[in-house]
Amino acid sequence: MHIQEEYSERHVLSLTVTNEAGILARIAGLFTARGYNIDSLTVADITADHAISRITIVTNGPPKVIDQIIAQLDRLVPVHKVTDLTENGPFVERELALVKVAGVGEDRIEALRLADVFRAKVVDTTIESFIFEITGTTEKIDNFVGLMRQIGLVEVGRTGVVGLIRGKEPN
Amino acid sequence: MAEKSGADILVECLIDLGVEVVFGYPGGAVLPIYDALFNHLKIRHVLVRHEQGATHMAEGYARSTGKPGVVLVTSGPGATNAVTGITDALMDSIPMVVITGQVPTQLIGTDAFQEADTVGITRHCTKHNYLVKDPRKLAGVVHEAFHIATTGRPGPVVIDIPKNVQIATAPYARPETFEHASYRPQTKADPVAIAAAVEMLAAAERPIFYTGGGVINSGPEASALLREIAGLTRAPVTSTLMGLGAFPAASPQWLGMLGMHGTYEANWAMNKADLIICVGARFDDRVTGRLDAFAPNAKKIHIDIDRSSINKTVEVDLPIVADVASALTDMIALWKDRGHKAADLSEWWARIDGWRARNSLAYPESCEEIMPQEAIAQLYKASRSAKDVIITTEVGQHQMWAAQHFGFEEPNKWLTSGGLGTMGYGFPAAIGAQLGNPESLVVCVAGDASVQMNIQELGTATQYRLPVKLFILNNEYMGMVRQWQELTYESRYSNSYSDSLPDFVKLGEAYGWTGIRIESPRELEAGIRRMIETPGPVIVDCRVAKLSNCFPMIPSGAAHTDMLLDPSQVEGIMSDEAKALV
Ligand SMILES: Cc1ncc(C[n+]2csc(CCOP(=O)(O)OP(=O)(O)O)c2C)c(N)n1
Repeated sequence: MHIQEEYSERHVLSLTVTNEAGILARIAGLFTARGYNIDSLTVADITADHAISRITIVTNGPPKVIDQIIAQLDRLVPVHKVTDLTENGPFVERELALVKVAGVGEDRIEALRLADVFRAKVVDTTIESFIFEITGTTEKIDNFVGLMRQIGLVEVGRTGVVGLIRGKEPN
Repeated sequence: MAEKSGADILVECLIDLGVEVVFGYPGGAVLPIYDALFNHLKIRHVLVRHEQGATHMAEGYARSTGKPGVVLVTSGPGATNAVTGITDALMDSIPMVVITGQVPTQLIGTDAFQEADTVGITRHCTKHNYLVKDPRKLAGVVHEAFHIATTGRPGPVVIDIPKNVQIATAPYARPETFEHASYRPQTKADPVAIAAAVEMLAAAERPIFYTGGGVINSGPEASALLREIAGLTRAPVTSTLMGLGAFPAASPQWLGMLGMHGTYEANWAMNKADLIICVGARFDDRVTGRLDAFAPNAKKIHIDIDRSSINKTVEVDLPIVADVASALTDMIALWKDRGHKAADLSEWWARIDGWRARNSLAYPESCEEIMPQEAIAQLYKASRSAKDVIITTEVGQHQMWAAQHFGFEEPNKWLTSGGLGTMGYGFPAAIGAQLGNPESLVVCVAGDASVQMNIQELGTATQYRLPVKLFILNNEYMGMVRQWQELTYESRYSNSYSDSLPDFVKLGEAYGWTGIRIESPRELEAGIRRMIETPGPVIVDCRVAKLSNCFPMIPSGAAHTDMLLDPSQVEGIMSDEAKALV
């Protein structure tokens, strides 16, 4: 007997939640407990009184599972609102990465040239290395990191995705 | 305002919330609360023998009274012992508040004596949980916890209170009614959906109501409304294990339970229906059987207070997120408003009568051995004279036989562990139910294996003079396990024999109970009568046929139309795909 896998699609979910102890464990734990995927998760408080946080989750799964994920998140007591940005778009999404690249001579020049094309900023430099700061979609960062890998990538730190619906209305 | 200790605040809150009974067990981390209880005589504390027992007693109390069950346990092992019952309450949507002691805040995280990460451990088996680190927040949390446990889809809530918070002081005033910032369950249905449902119901040629525990949770009014709408439409009614009693078994419209051990007529009617109105049930795998063959020709309406239950396993045509009573009220009003009359369902009923004629609950008779089904049938017959009967069960064959052969007319009279299937549930649940219903006849139908999982609670019933009846269908096997081994593993009975059973009669007597042994069909009727008529708690060791199996049955992975009606249809082997299903 073999275990079958299902087709899945990527969704960006944006949640507002009460900023209380354990909230992150509650959300992340729901994903593990029910076997859902988390590609990335970001969290920070967003109101002046620090009472509410926004959590942005990138997940993937079959459409039916995505619906379940939203319904399950929505019934957690401290969750105020769940918005599926992918469904309710258009929306913007951004991620920030710090990319450390080592190299000398021609590699160094090539790294800078590519950074320029991707509008990455140099935030640290030594004679033999750079740290670039780059923002963009997940795909853009993947591409940048992929190219740097061929030059002398040392390590990467990424924030995960944040996103908002376009236009003047809130989510 | 004069300040009170956290422990006193907690107890005041419980009194203000109308709590009458607390099931608990003391320990170091709850001593301040126990001391506060010592001075408050309004709350009755029931001392259990094991914390799991406390949780199931709270469930039995809650299910039979409609009030939340309250549990009080110490930190560490007290809390971990409660986890099974908390999970059980989550699966069966039972309102319960569990108060756990915790080590003092400055020791949290240091692996202190009897420290366990209670909020961590219970995060996914509660509807919500709290760690209260500030006595000023305690009252708000307690009131909120009861609100969350009892509204929307009910469930268990844990409040973890460090010992220093129980001792530290804060002002207490009964909180005014509050509005929660984010928790607002939807109880009223969308009128557009109600209208659509009414039209679908009026147009249906082969409708069926598929009802569940949500009808019971919604309160007695929901059961009355279910009866009314069934009366208006003349449609047949079936129910899940959890929903038994919401619709009267005596009604000609009642098809019996559906699902794995449901009746032939209920399962075939589900399969051939053109409209299924699911009311407070959740298309559980025990109900649907093989999903791709489930009710292939039916449009489906799903009324549920929990949106995440909708489209979880079965996609429906019309979701209605609402409290059952509220949705049914709206549907009935609109049905009458639009002048709908019951459609002519005679053809549909003729087909149902054909399925009924298979008499799928029939069982072989015997004059040497007590057939377990017959034991339930006799229990049902004998208990009809009692004015109010509550039946609880353990888990296994006896549970299914009780569901099949006992007729329930009213809600809140049938207490069983459906979602989690917890052996060890039924006996403590009976104790809890008896506490909440002192005048009722409360009988736990048990198996010889399950009953041993919380047998220590014999002492609790003795201590509080609770006249519960423990009716053990003793087949010397974990019968349900043996049955599956016969179905799937060519009868290799790996560890399913109940070896070294105690003498249940003597065991009961050791605790001050009356013990009765029933060994032959001739003794059955009189034995049951004696059990019912004997005052005080009674344990009955009813020796039943050892190898009986529970039919009808839909084997895992099979469709509603592939029911096994009797042992001759059992092949003894299964494909790996079927074996892999639960
Ligand atoms: C706590 C727990 N452990 C294991 C099981 C698996 N299980 C389901 S039924 C059953 C056998 C029950 O035997 P008994 O209580 O004698 O009832 P019978 O089936 O013989 O009526 C077992 C082991 C369970 N449901 N719960």
